[in-house]
Amino acid sequence: MTKKLNNKMNLAHIKNVLEAEVLCGHDYLDKEIKLVYASDLMSDVLSFVKSGSFLLTGLTNSQVIRTAEMAEISAVCFVNGKTPQPDTINLADEKKIPLIVTKLLMYECCGRLHEKGLAGDDDSEKIES
Amino acid sequence: MMIPKKSNPEFTKVQELVYKLKVRDAMTKDLITADPGTWMRELREILRSSRISGAPVIKEDRLVGLISIEDFIKWLAEGGEKCTIKDRMSTDIKVLYEDEPLTHAVSNLEQTGFGRLPVIGRKNGRLKGIITKGDIIETLLHKLEIDYHDEEIQRYRASHIFEDIIGDKVALTFQNHVKGKDFNLAGEASSGLKKTLERLGMPPLVVRKAAIASYEAEMNLVIYTDGGTITVAVQLDKIRMDVKDNGPGIADIQKAMEPGYSTAPNWVRELGFGAGMGLVNIKKCSDKMDIESKIGKGTHLKIRINVDSAQHQSNAG
Repeated sequence: MTKKLNNKMNLAHIKNVLEAEVLCGHDYLDKEIKLVYASDLMSDVLSFVKSGSFLLTGLTNSQVIRTAEMAEISAVCFVNGKTPQPDTINLADEKKIPLIVTKLLMYECCGRLHEKGLAGDDDSEKIES
Repeated sequence: MMIPKKSNPEFTKVQELVYKLKVRDAMTKDLITADPGTWMRELREILRSSRISGAPVIKEDRLVGLISIEDFIKWLAEGGEKCTIKDRMSTDIKVLYEDEPLTHAVSNLEQTGFGRLPVIGRKNGRLKGIITKGDIIETLLHKLEIDYHDEEIQRYRASHIFEDIIGDKVALTFQNHVKGKDFNLAGEASSGLKKTLERLGMPPLVVRKAAIASYEAEMNLVIYTDGGTITVAVQLDKIRMDVKDNGPGIADIQKAMEPGYSTAPNWVRELGFGAGMGLVNIKKCSDKMDIESKIGKGTHLKIRINVDSAQHQSNAG
């Protein structure tokens, strides 16, 4: 695999790539995204995600938003067409974390964003001690 | 009126200000006025000496017109015949009341195309001042600067609290109670901790580590216990976190520390937790971690995050 993943995209562009709808955070669609992380396991997200990453997940409860807040995730996309409960959307709104939802499946989402050159990891920040 | 697509905070702030501020807050009160009987050729010197581009024309305390440099140029271009200000001034003028919101001044200047509008008192109709676009911009910038300054001062105070307190060893301690089995509130304590640490001016990486460690610990309290406390002591060089509960206790701490080992029931796993990564994550985020636990008695988790080393790391990265 020699493809260089060093692209960046704003949220509005990602939304189009993923054919997604915006659930909240319309004001933040100009946020720039460089890194993507995909997982349904919040413990893994907390452990591995880099600050500022874009999160793809199939989990829709409010703990996703809490996790996003703690791990400084810049925006969340719910895959598989799963729309969260109003509680989750309200919390995200309060924490100023944009949420989008797509009917695409997780694998398809990852593939499209990878194709666009977005990376999953970089070396600029390490949390390991 | 242009409607912006996105409402960024600055725009909202300015919008708020133009409604809150009154015309009198922005107008110039020290007025240079002109007399209608003054010769037009003298106008240039009046305007030039006061460095203004126009003046209200007053007769017996009453506003009778406006005269500007534009009128002067036009007069010159048309031959500069001998005449008085009265003959060349604009008399069809829009006036503003001093107690109108500033936004009226903005829209009136826009609509009339005038560079300045006189401001009169609502009761006696006497001239109180004059307002230009420049005055409005200056007032808004000044007000924004004050607000920004206030915000800076608040931040400054919080982040320098350690320097303000004199002592060989200073620690700021705060405690949060975490309710067991309440998933809606789970994370609130850590969210508050994150904000507090940011306000105290802790380095971003330290804040992130502390927030993640605290959040994992908080989830453990919510999932496995009937509640507990998270006590955080912030010092200049380190953060100590004490997480205490009254049971059930961890049977095998060594096993619990293994990545992937979990005793969590399915409902917890469905929430995206209980994958046996909690303690592993906490350890990863801390510089020192200790667990004391007794079955039936409770667990005491001690975490230390060094501020210096973490800062060094973030600088290196």
